[in-house]
Amino acid sequence: MKLLEVQDLSVSIHGTEILDNVSFNINESEIYGIVGESGSGKSMTALSLMGLLPNGSKSTGSASLSNTNLLKLSEEKMCSYRGNAIGMIFQEPMTALNPVQTIGKQVAETLIIHGQAKKKEALEIAREKLNRVGLFEEQFPLDKYPHELSGGQRQRVAIAMAIAMRPKLLIADEPTTALDVTTQSQILNLLKSLVEEESMALILITHDLAVISGLANKVAVMQKGKIVEKGKTNKIFKEMKHPYTKQLFSASNHVPERNTMAEETPLLELNHVIRKYKLPRENIFKAPQTFTAVNNVSFILKKGENLGLVGESGCGKSTLTRAILGLDELQSGEIFLEGHHVNAGKKLDSSLRRKMQVVFQDPFGSFNPRHKVGRLISEPFYLIEDRPTGDLLKNAINQALVDVGLNAEDAEKYIHEFSGGQRQRIAIARALIIKPSLIVLDEAVSALDVSIRAQVLDLLAELSNKFELSYLFISHDLSVVRNITDRVMVMKAGSIVESGDTQKVFENPTHPYTKELIAATPRLPENLTT
Amino acid sequence: MLQFALTRFISLSLSLIAASVVIFAVIEIIPGDPASFMLGINAQPDTIAALREQLGLNGSLLSRYVNWVSGMLVGDFGISYTYKVPVSELILARVWISLPLAVYALAISTLIAFPVGLIAAAKRGKTIDITIMGTTQLGIAIPNFWFAMILVLIFAINLRWFSAGGFPGWEEGFLLSIKSLTLPAIALALPQASILARIMRSSILDTLDQDYVRTARAKGLSQRQAIWRHALKNALIPVLTIIGMQFSFLMAGAIIIENVFFLPGLGRLIFQGITQRDLIVVESVVMLLVFAVIIVTFIVDLTYAAVDPRLRKR
Repeated sequence: MKLLEVQDLSVSIHGTEILDNVSFNINESEIYGIVGESGSGKSMTALSLMGLLPNGSKSTGSASLSNTNLLKLSEEKMCSYRGNAIGMIFQEPMTALNPVQTIGKQVAETLIIHGQAKKKEALEIAREKLNRVGLFEEQFPLDKYPHELSGGQRQRVAIAMAIAMRPKLLIADEPTTALDVTTQSQILNLLKSLVEEESMALILITHDLAVISGLANKVAVMQKGKIVEKGKTNKIFKEMKHPYTKQLFSASNHVPERNTMAEETPLLELNHVIRKYKLPRENIFKAPQTFTAVNNVSFILKKGENLGLVGESGCGKSTLTRAILGLDELQSGEIFLEGHHVNAGKKLDSSLRRKMQVVFQDPFGSFNPRHKVGRLISEPFYLIEDRPTGDLLKNAINQALVDVGLNAEDAEKYIHEFSGGQRQRIAIARALIIKPSLIVLDEAVSALDVSIRAQVLDLLAELSNKFELSYLFISHDLSVVRNITDRVMVMKAGSIVESGDTQKVFENPTHPYTKELIAATPRLPENLTT
Repeated sequence: MLQFALTRFISLSLSLIAASVVIFAVIEIIPGDPASFMLGINAQPDTIAALREQLGLNGSLLSRYVNWVSGMLVGDFGISYTYKVPVSELILARVWISLPLAVYALAISTLIAFPVGLIAAAKRGKTIDITIMGTTQLGIAIPNFWFAMILVLIFAINLRWFSAGGFPGWEEGFLLSIKSLTLPAIALALPQASILARIMRSSILDTLDQDYVRTARAKGLSQRQAIWRHALKNALIPVLTIIGMQFSFLMAGAIIIENVFFLPGLGRLIFQGITQRDLIVVESVVMLLVFAVIIVTFIVDLTYAAVDPRLRKR
């Protein structure tokens, strides 16, 4: 039976066209995937169904849920549909809940708003719904506050709120993008079982083809506000009629071409590194307790090698990165770079510091918006005694920009004039300009769309061949690490639990945690990826 | 929560000790002898010596500090040199004008600012929002003493609704006293209300952009319900900070307004103390104001914790 029928849905915001004649149908109890890159209109499609488009938006066409056109409903009527007939969950579980209200109250609110129950009864139903999403009484009483829960647990609360009224349609907009792989697979399983047991339809919006391929019955591929291809998931993914679908596929499993040229000389060496944090005092009379973020980590990164470091959030990856960069003092252990002692936390010798550079995840937050690109990327020159000036400096800036695939003229622009992928290229140019031997890539491609990510990975491979660079590639994304590193280390709770040649580790993981991680990673069906 | 309150209380006590040391030191640092400074250049040596004795300036630095602090703890602030009465009496008489005036002004300011800020935020970009923003800009720009004189001109001289100044005393009746504090309270409240309304507006707008408000809307709450049930409480957190700061300012900063309205408040007392070089009065009133500011900060901190569960753990 048809549940939702979207016909020629077009949306414009302040005159700019966002959606262009989008049409699709969803049957009852069906999982419908919408896949596309950022800016393709996935989220806008969902928000128009919810009547929650930003101010200044205009929509035309129709979206009929059980024969009621949602686009024609008054705001008041729409309020009675939201949360009742259609539930929605969003990408960022850390901020999706009201921080000053208990989880019980927030789940109960859905029921109270729709007149389903009075306060006391609503709280009882809220208890049932939280049990339903796997948050049980003993550990998660109703009076818990959101900040006491992890990201995955908060997403479960958000799901409980969205399904409290047993809506016919649930929209999940990138529900697992911000979560770790093991949590992601748990949440996806939960959504799947809810669809089956509550006879609910699900629109699953994601940029991740692998997530869709494992879950959705049907899929629509969106690009620039249009649906370029839609149909049964198996069929679409097998035939890949539209070039964009094909492009998305090859980009999501892109293996950059690179020569392995690891020499035997060690570049970076860590010996029994321990990093401890003082926790905030529980009590003013008690001594603060310590938390061991990095516990006895030793490894060697050889010259010219690409070494991967994978692990879930909170495992100590970032603390380790900071220690390697010499930003924090070690509690025990030693770090050597090209045989020189990295005196972490103390004033680091600039000749040592110039040998390692870092590229961070966020291409938007890691630049000063008031400086021109030329100044931004030439900043590392302050680490050099005889820094170039005048034409020499200009040439160095131009060369760095050209090396990362940008133009020399870009030096005169400001950072807001660039897209996310271009910004990440600028970040790489900034790292590259003083010719370091090691670049630490801390989730450097995680915020990028698949096709941009593929380009940046190609660029990294090319640069590493050209300048004999070594990378320490830190990521939570196993598939990317698999495609770009020679060797990989798996980190859990501050310790490295397994390490070895990337292909060997991925094909024959020995540690149970590695096995769990690999099993939880959504994968495209093998026969489709060629 | 108790833990949090205790921690804050200890930090409050430390702040008070630090403040008393600073105030004591400032008086000590003043070049020359406080007694001869107070008496002026034509004073006789024996008068100075007598005053030194009276001020207790002959002991060691530490013993003088201890005397001063222990005196204050039991309410003995010393004897005012110019008024020849205990400073505690002077303060007590005036606190009952300054404190009600500050509370009154703050109440007016909050009562205006909350709804105005809320309306401006709810109608962002509409005519009413633009009007409110323009008016509050003006409210911040107008000096309050000038506004006070305009108020006197309109309501006291032309309309004769209020008296132009002075304070009858609480024993003359509650309503009469409140009435005489009304114009000064309004004059004090206007710029405060303008600042607070703008902060309220931007704070609500910030929270309206938060993900949890979007979640609330997706649950079926209307825009208005989302503001009341989710945005407001979160938006109050920065607003509380400003209210605390404003109260401290109103306690200490009413000097000019008290002079315009001839109100015998703390502001006037400190002003007179400074012009008459009555260091004992100045020292005591400043300490009292510091005490008030620190107490208000403490209360604001506790309110934070009441509003925001994330703070209670610390």
